[in-house]
Amino acid sequence: MLILFLCALLSIVTTVGIVLILLTEAVPFFNEVSILKFLSGKEWAPLFSIKSFGVLPLLSATAFIAGMALLVAFPIGLLTAIYLSEYAPGPVRATVKPTLEVLAGIPTVVYGFFAITFISPVIIRPLFQTESIFNAISAATAMGVMLIPMVVSLSDDAMRAVPSNLREGAHALGANRFQVSVRVVVPAALSGIVAAGLLALARAVGETMIVTIAAGGIPNLSYNPFDAMQTMTAFIMEVAMGDTPRGTVEYESIFAVGLMLFVSTLVINLLAQALLAKFREVYE
Amino acid sequence: MVISQLPNLKEMFKPSHSRGVNARHVVTEPEQSAGTDNVIEVEHLNALYGDHLALRDINLPISHKGVTAVIGPSGCGKSTLVRCLNRMHEMAGGRVEGRVLFEGEDIYHRGVDAVELRSRIGMVFQKPNPFPKSIFENVAFGLRINGRRGSLMDTIERSLRRAALWDEVKDRLNKNALALSGGQQQRLCIARALAVEPELILMDEPCSALDPMATLAIEELIRSLAQEYTIIIVTHNMQQAARVSDETAFLTMDTDRAGYLVEHGQTRQIFTNPSDKRTEDYITGRFG
Repeated sequence: MLILFLCALLSIVTTVGIVLILLTEAVPFFNEVSILKFLSGKEWAPLFSIKSFGVLPLLSATAFIAGMALLVAFPIGLLTAIYLSEYAPGPVRATVKPTLEVLAGIPTVVYGFFAITFISPVIIRPLFQTESIFNAISAATAMGVMLIPMVVSLSDDAMRAVPSNLREGAHALGANRFQVSVRVVVPAALSGIVAAGLLALARAVGETMIVTIAAGGIPNLSYNPFDAMQTMTAFIMEVAMGDTPRGTVEYESIFAVGLMLFVSTLVINLLAQALLAKFREVYE
Repeated sequence: MVISQLPNLKEMFKPSHSRGVNARHVVTEPEQSAGTDNVIEVEHLNALYGDHLALRDINLPISHKGVTAVIGPSGCGKSTLVRCLNRMHEMAGGRVEGRVLFEGEDIYHRGVDAVELRSRIGMVFQKPNPFPKSIFENVAFGLRINGRRGSLMDTIERSLRRAALWDEVKDRLNKNALALSGGQQQRLCIARALAVEPELILMDEPCSALDPMATLAIEELIRSLAQEYTIIIVTHNMQQAARVSDETAFLTMDTDRAGYLVEHGQTRQIFTNPSDKRTEDYITGRFG
């Protein structure tokens, strides 16, 4: 009992500790760089001789790549989930679902590698005549593929939780399978499906390996998917892995960026939790 | 409970008690189509779940207008029988042998579109199952999937009025249907079924999840709908069968759990003077 309690305590202490460190380490940074400049600056150049700490390029790259990844993952994931939950016969379902869950277990570094050795040179380059292997769109596509199992699994759960007497009611009115799926099951499971999308988005925002490998690593305030970009996570990675000395502004900047990242994923996760809670409410 | 109330049952069918049970024949005759005067003819129907035979050799004609009650002990296949009439049985992985004629046509004939068939037969379930949408959208559902465009308001008002729900919901048609009480939800489900102008309405123990007051309201509704519709109602409550139906079919099951039809006839006759010993035993509460 005591051991179990301590284990539970440990996870809470860790979380609180991480938040505290982020906050305390970010304070010295904000002593040197004003919060306003940090949030509104359009240039991120912490390692140049003339330093500039405008976080917008990192923030926009993060949002842009995560958004594009969701554009890939959400439609494919939702349609797959509709198929699995409403159409697939038992044996197909019993094969596809575990297979997708294996896909979820692939290390993200493999997806990053997949992006620069396959997606970018074999698909994107011949299709759009891009110059560089490293671009936002191949990172986003690989990330989208990575997110599909998550969207499928969560949406499928939400749809299967819709009581079957609703399906029967719709069938008895002369609805075909597609109408039952689209007009009854999906709307009834909507909050669960949206939550699946949001959790996937939070995952995309926090994803590090794929963007570090494939997106180019150049801070760039651009909305051209074929440009190289650097996300918040990729920047933290670059500094943490590099030889930037401790105590310098550029070193401290990773805590400011980390804090920013933490807040964004926290907000998305809270939103998703609230939606899921609402979804459960409807059927009790 | 059933046994103690039995005297009332007999009471209900005394000749002095005029309930207008026979009124349906007056209504029916001018409308009878040539050929068959039955909405449904069940012929040598076997229903199976995998290898398990749930119904054996059912033969049952259901005539135009009025209410037919299907009674029998639990597990005798009452629900399965009505589910065979709109091909919902096969949705649950069931299989059927034999024929079911609906308006003279075999619904299990190859080429019959089960989806189209279901849009002509209304169904009300044990547990009220309104969609988690507005009251309006619930009633409009059948119309929308059948491609009806334009204003649906007239049909929706008419359906809600016929289901005796209009006055209670007319000011909140855009509210979520799940906010209604159980009895209101069930009447909404009846309105939803009525909106597509079905030729036949199947009810599978529609009051089993409702309190006595809501049950009474549904029973009154069923009686009033009996003027215009052919209704088949499954019930485990014999008083209910006696109160609402014109004809009654009694099913029971064999030792191998396959249900079969024992007797079918005028409700009055089934409850006062059953021709089969098994019916009498069930009615008088000796088993079931």
